[in-house]
Amino acid sequence: MAITILYFARFRETLDCDHEEFSLTDQITTVDALIHALAQRGDHWNKVLNEEKVLIAINQTISDRSDSITDGDEVAFFPPVTGG
Amino acid sequence: MKWLSFHLLRVAKMIKIQREEFNVGDEYQRLRKLSSDDASDNKQSNASSGAIVTFTGLVRDLEKDNRITALHLEHYPGMTEKSLEKIVEEAHSRWPLNAVTIIHRIGEIKVDEQIVFVGTASAHRDAAFASCNFLMDYLKTQAPFWKKAIMPSGEEWIDAKQSDSDAAKRW
Repeated sequence: MAITILYFARFRETLDCDHEEFSLTDQITTVDALIHALAQRGDHWNKVLNEEKVLIAINQTISDRSDSITDGDEVAFFPPVTGG
Repeated sequence: MKWLSFHLLRVAKMIKIQREEFNVGDEYQRLRKLSSDDASDNKQSNASSGAIVTFTGLVRDLEKDNRITALHLEHYPGMTEKSLEKIVEEAHSRWPLNAVTIIHRIGEIKVDEQIVFVGTASAHRDAAFASCNFLMDYLKTQAPFWKKAIMPSGEEWIDAKQSDSDAAKRW
């Protein structure tokens, strides 16, 4: 079971990653659990994904940490937007 | 009841994300045609447009007292279009709009160049002005674009402004 994770803007640069395929385990069923798993990779990951104002999208709709994720989902992490 | 009566009537919309410059005169004429075509084709017709309001956003030369030479605009392909569609539908649920245009550029945009165009057409000016203002406030806080300042000394991501999120809250 895999999801696609996208990283944008400052996050992409700090983590040096714009996208990845990530295999879900039985324990990783929410964004919160996903963040815990990714944070294990090191300081940068822990700091960026746990920032106060991190924005999360699941299948291109704004979501939050408590939302469920499932096989085939596209999850994106990004900082507050600055368009317009 | 207000949202119900407006929502039943269609809003013609043109939403474009592009690298290229746009011409405000051309886009105004396109919007004008879009809103009058809509009025004549639509059997449940909207009242024709008596008012068209447009807004253009440009790159300023200063960011937090630092002189910039250009902005780099990044976006989330797929989600940007979706979120702009949603924002337009939200505006149409609040005001009786006949037609809306949103154009947002991406990639490198130099100082004094145009970044964004929002145009609204409605029967009367109150709705055209208010919805144009609303669309910009929502676009600035909800559409997945990010600006990076390009300066002689280097590059720096621009932070979201509290004043923008405050502005969006007033609607």
